[in-house]
Amino acid sequence: MTIKCKAKANGDAVEVKVLMKHAMETGLSKDKKTGELIPAHYITEVSCSLNGAEIFRCNLGPAISKNPYLSFIVYGPKAGDTLQLTSLDNMGKTDSGETVVK
Amino acid sequence: MRLSSISTPFKFGNFKIMNRREFNKSLVVATAIGAGASMGMIPLTATASWPESAFKAESVDDAINALYGTTEAESSDAITFKAPDIAENGAVVPISISVDMPNVEHVALLVANNPSPLAATFEIPTPGPTTVGTRIKMGKTSALVAMVKADGKLYKAVSSDVKVTIGGCGG
Repeated sequence: MTIKCKAKANGDAVEVKVLMKHAMETGLSKDKKTGELIPAHYITEVSCSLNGAEIFRCNLGPAISKNPYLSFIVYGPKAGDTLQLTSLDNMGKTDSGETVVK
Repeated sequence: MRLSSISTPFKFGNFKIMNRREFNKSLVVATAIGAGASMGMIPLTATASWPESAFKAESVDDAINALYGTTEAESSDAITFKAPDIAENGAVVPISISVDMPNVEHVALLVANNPSPLAATFEIPTPGPTTVGTRIKMGKTSALVAMVKADGKLYKAVSSDVKVTIGGCGG
């Protein structure tokens, strides 16, 4: 549960902002001390759902910055609803978070 | 019963083959995950939905082709970028794409001069005008490309160059 998120309703549209903690290694950079390549480790998928139904998903690549930030607009949730966010990285690790729409 | 199912019409036979294919596919994926996890390797095929070939493509056209199966797209004024003219730090470049179309289904963000151009794809099951934002790494000065699928049609927009003064990958 380390995904931080905020959701704010503005009429029908709900703006969701997400901040995740992740190294997002591309697999192209080298360790400064040993000179060896650091293996790629990045978030590949982020999904947002309301009551178990997916309302937004995105696929990310290694070109996304360290500690990824995402913002998007969804339609459907109302103020007071709880949104669940989950993420999956290329090593199979998952993370989650939830927020109440304001 | 067995005999009769073999001699049933073509349609039923077809159905059976599809089932077997699907089963084989799921088996391959499951094995890949199992092998990756047990050997401490990176399970690149962890999920079938992550478009690996598009993210690994080395040119913008290849990535678009891998995603949508075509590179033909209309250019559109309804797609607008919000990006800095000069990015002081290529490792963190804030980008947002606004699409003023009624039924946006899919948005893809590409960085033309990155080693793998595709940065992210967004799937939006609830239709409506949308804005997606994120922070990306840029290796060097480059234009941004946004692909938008709305009402089954493909649209493309190319931004003006974002100048990068320090490399995105620690260089």
